[in-house]
Amino acid sequence: MKNINKDIAVTYLITGKRMTLIATIGVLIGMSLYIFMNSMLVGFDRISNDTIFKNSPQIRIFKDDAISQPLYQEEGVQNIIINPKIVPASDAIDNPNEIINLIQKEDFVTTISPQITTTVFYNIGKLQVPGTVTGVNPEQANQMFNIKSNIVEGDFENMNNNINAIALGRGIAKNLSLSIGDNINITSSKGVSRNLKVVAIFKTNNTILDKTKSYINLNAAQQLLLQGNTYITDINVSIKDPEKATIQGQLLSKITGYKAESWLEANESIMAAFKMRRLVITFVSLTILIVAGFGIYNILNMTVSQKINDIAILKAIGFKGKDVISIFLTQALTVGFIGIVGGILLASLFIAILQTVYIGGDIGYFPIGFEVQKFIQGIIIGGLITFLAGYLPAKKAAQVDPISIFRK
Amino acid sequence: MKILEVENINKYFYDPIRFKVLEDISFSVEKGKLMSMIGKSGSGKSTLLYILSTMDTDYQGKLWIDQELVTGKKNDALAEIRNNKIGFVFQFHYLLQEFSCLKNIMIPALKLGIASKEAIEDKAMKIMEILDIKEQALKPANKLSGGQQQRVAIARALINDPAIIMCDEPTGNLDSKNTAIILDIFKNLTKEMKQTIITVTHDESFALQSDEVIELKDGHLI
Repeated sequence: MKNINKDIAVTYLITGKRMTLIATIGVLIGMSLYIFMNSMLVGFDRISNDTIFKNSPQIRIFKDDAISQPLYQEEGVQNIIINPKIVPASDAIDNPNEIINLIQKEDFVTTISPQITTTVFYNIGKLQVPGTVTGVNPEQANQMFNIKSNIVEGDFENMNNNINAIALGRGIAKNLSLSIGDNINITSSKGVSRNLKVVAIFKTNNTILDKTKSYINLNAAQQLLLQGNTYITDINVSIKDPEKATIQGQLLSKITGYKAESWLEANESIMAAFKMRRLVITFVSLTILIVAGFGIYNILNMTVSQKINDIAILKAIGFKGKDVISIFLTQALTVGFIGIVGGILLASLFIAILQTVYIGGDIGYFPIGFEVQKFIQGIIIGGLITFLAGYLPAKKAAQVDPISIFRK
Repeated sequence: MKILEVENINKYFYDPIRFKVLEDISFSVEKGKLMSMIGKSGSGKSTLLYILSTMDTDYQGKLWIDQELVTGKKNDALAEIRNNKIGFVFQFHYLLQEFSCLKNIMIPALKLGIASKEAIEDKAMKIMEILDIKEQALKPANKLSGGQQQRVAIARALINDPAIIMCDEPTGNLDSKNTAIILDIFKNLTKEMKQTIITVTHDESFALQSDEVIELKDGHLI
């Protein structure tokens, strides 16, 4: 009984070769573009995040500015500070080692890097160039920000345990005509001057950073600020799943009592741009798939109109409504199945080719991969659309009243 | 044996206005008879045939086919009855153009799904031999002449050994030579195979040669 329905469906597909082919190609293209565009989106997001993580920590723990409060508070008495200001306290984190130990106990944390950032002058003779130095533990900082991948001259390894070493941005090195092995004098805001030796030069994707930023050892930074070896202004934390940074940041904030800001909050405007990109690509790829669905719908509708006499006689000789639905749905699903399989193959081909295209710069090879999740998503959505596009005309066919056809 | 019986059939059309097409129709058909329904166009004879065929369920009254009350049954059950017990021949042949004649004849039996495909094919070939269209078996349906196509349609109606064959103007689209052939076939079927045939026609000579004639006028039997 099933067989005769299938038999009729297949015969219709074969005799209507051209229409079948057009519908199949429609699904194939829609499907391949959907998978391709969404895989590309995943690649873009990954490379964007990688770029962000080179410059900003996933979670940054620091002492937030506090507004001055009345010292003495009593119920029923309203204390007013007419002109409240930021409390001029130190921005250091108290007892940083204890806090680092606390954070380390959380199992979602992967890397911790304490840091001091301070403004300095780079001096060459009478020339003074303003900038910022970042005091870090070189090994931990490299683990977190992959600084080594940005090094263009020298070796970041030489920073380890060398309190007199400095890694300079390429812009500063160029402006002050410094190269590896040269000495540079820096002056801190506390008036402390130090001579440091250039051991590495780095280049980020941000020229302004390259003109101002340099790395020194944590201890050297503490000395520049006339502080002891427990003075830390920021604790940077990397976590296993960066997408959870906001929630896990709040948790760290509760544990430590300091403000913990996630990269998502710190880069809000960039995140908004990413969101836009995601929306546009998702919308466009879905639209293409839906248009392919309309292709099936349209062609099947035409078939139903053309075969209306066949449908009438089939119903007269004992085919039930569900048999008629099965005949036309089989056609849609066959077209959909071939289209989806072809689309997967074509998308795989696109991805395989693009993976070998070299873009250069920070990106390197075109950022696209075989995203299994996107393939599955495409199959499900494609299958659903085909089903709907087939079911609606099939339903219409099942409702054909044979008498109205025979009476004509 | 009464193979078909109707009792007090009433039917209305509602579009464009309420209008009584059939009024208190009661009659029965004996097994192995060729019965013609005649009447002017608009007399309600086709409407009556569609009610008898179970395709039209919007009527009052009762209909028995092969001793079984079919009035009030669900659409799917009616489809099964049509598949099993009724064969159809229309004015236009309504063959599936994409299929060979043989396949067209086999479809109702394949749908019934009782016999094997080989057995059905054998049976279809035998029927085609009787109807003298065996040579056309593997040709696509649209390559045949009108008379041949109508004979294929009759073969399709016969494949499930139906209790009744119902025809709506089976010769309406044929010349006198082919009309004679079809009439011959029908007479043979009733005489030799005890096949019951009910046909709507307005061909006088055709009606005169059938076993029974009922005439409708303005929705009444006369």
